[in-house]
Amino acid sequence: MAILGALNPMLTVGLNGDKAWRLDDYVKRDGYSALKKILAGKMPQDQVINEVKKSVLRGRGGAGFPTGLKWSFMPRAFSGDKYLVCNSDEGEPGTFKDRDILLFNPHSVIEGMIIAAYAMGAARGYNYIHGEVWEVYTRFEEALDEALAAGLLGKNILGSGFDFELFAHHGYGAYICGEETALLESIEGKKGQPRFKPPFPASFGLYGKPTTINNTETFAAIPLIMNLGGEAYLESGKANNGGTKLFSVSGHVNRPGNYEIPLGTPFPILLEMAGGMRGGRELKGCIPGGSSSPVVPASIMMDCTMDYDSISKAGSMLGSGAVIVMDETTCMVKALERLSFFYYEESCGQCTPCREGTNWLYRIVHRIENGQGRADDLDLLGSVTTNIMGRTICALGDAASMPVQSFVKHFRDEFAYHIEHKKCLVPPDIQRAGSGFFKATV
Amino acid sequence: MLDIEIDGKQAQVPAGSTIMDAAQLVGAYIPHFCYHKKLSIAANCRMCLVQVEKAPKPMPACATPVTSGMKVFTHSELAVTAQKGVMEFLLINHPLDCPICDQGGECQLQDLAVGYGGSASRYQEAKRVVFHKDVGPLVSMQEMSRCIHCTRCVRFGQEIAGVMELGMANRNMHSEIQTFVGRTVDSELSGNMIDLCPVGALTSKPFRYSARSWELSRRKSISPHDSLGSNLTVQVKDNRVMRVLPRENEEINECWISDKDRFSYAGLNSAERLQKPMIRVDGALREVDWNVALDYVAHALKDITKTHGGEAIAALGSAHSTLEELHLLQKLTRGLGSGSVDFRPRRRDFSADGKLAGTPWLGLKLAQIGQLDAALVVGSFLRKDHPLFAQRLRQLARKSGKVSLISVTGDDPLISLHAQLTVSPEELTRALAAVVKAAAQLTNTALPAGLESIEPCATSQLIAQSLLAGEQRAIFLGNVAEQSAQAAQLHALAAELARLTGASFGFIGEAANSVGGYVAKALPTALNAYEMFAQPRQAYVLLGVEPELDCYNPQQAVAALKQAALVVMLTPFKPNAALDYADVLLPTTPFTETSGSFVNCEGRVQSFNGVARPLGDARPGWKVLRVLGNVLAIDGFDYDSSEQVRDEILAPDSLFVDGLDNGINGLSFSLGAVTAGLQRIAEVPIYFADPLVRHSDALQQTRDAAAPTARMCAATLAQTGITDGAQVRVRQGQAEALLTARADESVPPACVRVAAAHASTATLGDMFGAINVERA
Repeated sequence: MAILGALNPMLTVGLNGDKAWRLDDYVKRDGYSALKKILAGKMPQDQVINEVKKSVLRGRGGAGFPTGLKWSFMPRAFSGDKYLVCNSDEGEPGTFKDRDILLFNPHSVIEGMIIAAYAMGAARGYNYIHGEVWEVYTRFEEALDEALAAGLLGKNILGSGFDFELFAHHGYGAYICGEETALLESIEGKKGQPRFKPPFPASFGLYGKPTTINNTETFAAIPLIMNLGGEAYLESGKANNGGTKLFSVSGHVNRPGNYEIPLGTPFPILLEMAGGMRGGRELKGCIPGGSSSPVVPASIMMDCTMDYDSISKAGSMLGSGAVIVMDETTCMVKALERLSFFYYEESCGQCTPCREGTNWLYRIVHRIENGQGRADDLDLLGSVTTNIMGRTICALGDAASMPVQSFVKHFRDEFAYHIEHKKCLVPPDIQRAGSGFFKATV
Repeated sequence: MLDIEIDGKQAQVPAGSTIMDAAQLVGAYIPHFCYHKKLSIAANCRMCLVQVEKAPKPMPACATPVTSGMKVFTHSELAVTAQKGVMEFLLINHPLDCPICDQGGECQLQDLAVGYGGSASRYQEAKRVVFHKDVGPLVSMQEMSRCIHCTRCVRFGQEIAGVMELGMANRNMHSEIQTFVGRTVDSELSGNMIDLCPVGALTSKPFRYSARSWELSRRKSISPHDSLGSNLTVQVKDNRVMRVLPRENEEINECWISDKDRFSYAGLNSAERLQKPMIRVDGALREVDWNVALDYVAHALKDITKTHGGEAIAALGSAHSTLEELHLLQKLTRGLGSGSVDFRPRRRDFSADGKLAGTPWLGLKLAQIGQLDAALVVGSFLRKDHPLFAQRLRQLARKSGKVSLISVTGDDPLISLHAQLTVSPEELTRALAAVVKAAAQLTNTALPAGLESIEPCATSQLIAQSLLAGEQRAIFLGNVAEQSAQAAQLHALAAELARLTGASFGFIGEAANSVGGYVAKALPTALNAYEMFAQPRQAYVLLGVEPELDCYNPQQAVAALKQAALVVMLTPFKPNAALDYADVLLPTTPFTETSGSFVNCEGRVQSFNGVARPLGDARPGWKVLRVLGNVLAIDGFDYDSSEQVRDEILAPDSLFVDGLDNGINGLSFSLGAVTAGLQRIAEVPIYFADPLVRHSDALQQTRDAAAPTARMCAATLAQTGITDGAQVRVRQGQAEALLTARADESVPPACVRVAAAHASTATLGDMFGAINVERA
């Protein structure tokens, strides 16, 4: 069990058994009761959507878009096929929550998807699973088989007359396939490249049909909302930030892993749950929402609560809830170099600013890190990121730029030192100590 | 209609328009690379970013739909900053090797870099290097580092050519345009990718490094190849044609041309060009002066009319000849007392002659094809016979028009077909008759006599249904239908199907002047193009044809020519020396060195001027025939210009010819027997279709110019005991040729596909008809 801790948990309750992912275990935990209630009572579709709206469940994939609102965009009167897609292409560095949900509680996602399909009238769904976590894919397939055998999927679900087919689909590890339209292209068998929007997936999605795409964790929360009621779910979190959320804590903490906490929980509590800073060192900075969210320096971070609005106010994003903790041994230039390399490597190459810009950013940061920095490089970084941001087809350009801008903004001295002295402000032995592979000497 | 304001200019645009559409309407230029009006929107270059009021970010003009009351600023600070930012990104990895780049001077990137690029680069790292590729003889991909990834070429392949031969592999800055590993670009429309490429990544292999764009004079011309009459810009340097580009004409070729139109110019500069008149003396051809040659021809023709009568002379023109040439040819022949003149050497069945209501044509305007609800093409190698006509049908099928094809091979037209029937040439009439019968049954109309025994299959019913639904439908008869031994029957069946369904019908036409030949009345009153060789004459005048390659039965044609006392060839090229039938060679000029007119398949008259001076002593065909008329003292040959000749045929300033009518009268249906033996299917390969393409070395290196093989389906191979790859002897009566057998499931059973118009099959007989195959 890789969910290491929880505070008032909802999503991860009762996952203690060694076969928690089995259907019978899930049913014992009251699983599929929400679905049964909806189908048996023939709950109107609008009522399901309203309940989700009331919960103020915000998309757990990163953008935090209100789920109920997204569902209401699906054309109700559309007579042809409609699709429902679950985005489990969890590729953002630092994020590993969907992996654990699918490994330990796959039926919650399946139930959530069936309810969503019912609410939007979709007859077919896909769960697009990151290709580099094969075990997750095979486990989800097993769960699908169980659900199908139990009459929870397929034709005439539980005798209600409602049909929903659900398929697992694995990618091959391209980060860009986590972008919803690139994901759709990939399911269609094409090269994973984002589409220009508009049209949005709700009107022109998979195979050109109306499609709704939600994150794994979002779907997993749906049965809870339907059981508890939207208002109760909202109250378990914070105003405008309903429910609990899984946070993937990584970096310089003693117990990196997934933690479920109510939205609005103070960051120090999360840090404490993760065992505190490794070696008792000082927090230097934190990336609160996955590698594409701007870094937040320690002083600001310690005052934040973990919810969409607070983190946004701190100048960053809650994103997917991937908290990357960095202590005082971290060279921020080196950290940014690694991040920039990731975005350069994962840019799909379709549109100019991202294809050319991510490469340029990486080259500049690489140059600074390797003692080749020039005096005007920091201005150049700023200018290149400005030229990328807001000018690309999808958000990857922004995702590559925001770390650069925030690292330079908050740790400008460190960058300037690198350029001037051709070496790091944090001595190499301290860095090595902080890496965890050497005995701490700080 | 939506109101929009662009840079302060008001406009109204239809709903669904983009900002780019609106900008073009008001005349505001928005810089762009990936946008192309004929291709889908990619929005990937980001050059067209503009400011939209109330939008926080700059929006791509090509992909942003206009909303009512939208205000757009194309030159505001936000817009120009964004555009300059994109330009910087485009240039950081671009080699900037303009001085040695073939695109220099006509490069969109170069042009826009002047306005939006910096004077120095802030990028100081090493630039990306992209490995070059060899994708065949026409398109050069030698400098792929210049590519800016606009994917126009990729979208062209997917959407216009119908086959994705290029794609963008890899991701991030390592993305590169390439073919599937080891494959070449073989589309018959591939050259358009060179035009589409906004930089010097895709260039023309035959043209590259031969001239700079600013050294070339641009002259208008008309393609002499297929029946579309594509509008061309011919670029000339030092009186030599260096390059051919499309001249946009939305009603004909849109902004495309086929590779045949584009690269055939290489034949103009061929070493095989005939530059001096020649006369056969003591068995060998000798160069002589024009007056000697013309006197010789005149005397010889007069002698023959005296001794054998005018009917001993036959004249054969080509549907690639101009209207003026064909008019003078028939006038000269009739002046000599012969009615044996024709311009349709690849025809077998002339029984419609004399029964036609008017000049056969396409039956509708080319531009109307896009509005059809359904179309049926009968007997055509669509892609290879009419690349751009096929392209129009492809677009029609893409936007839900139902296109069906009945033909003699299962070649993929790269059109998503509604229905396809593949039958042997002899069964073509039956297949069409089945659709006629299905249409009669569906409309509860009395069945025409002669079709009682036909039983419509499911596919023919599907086709008939498609032709009955919707507003506009059309039936097109292709080259195979015209060349068929039952051409008149197919014509009559198509007419009947059109009557039953309310569809239009017509002929796609074999060549640039297939309609023009009728207008010029280059038609027999005595022997037709087939009979003039079946019943050998004393003298032949050949205009622009190479009979061993251009005739329905080359073996018969060559035999007749060999026995003739006089064979006069008016030709731009030296004929095959091994076939020593020619007695006099008169060097005429190809389309670039003469004025003239073509009448395309929709009856459109397109006159053109010469774009270069005649090579050597070659002279325009109309001048040669005009002087020959004078020397022969035939009346009415006193023209001073080709325009005078044209005005004798057409009303002045005609845009379209009069008398277009596909009606056929007095022909009863008789579907003919289906014989037991093997049948030949002869296509005319795209790059052997006329003398000019046959002399284009660039086109001759393509896959489409591969030597013909004897292609049969597995069942036929098994039946004849021949294996794939075996050497076989194919025979038609006395005629035979040695070929390699190939398995090809697109060929119907009991048929052998052996291409015509190639030297290796010039010894064979009828294009369609009985054939034997045996192990060599």
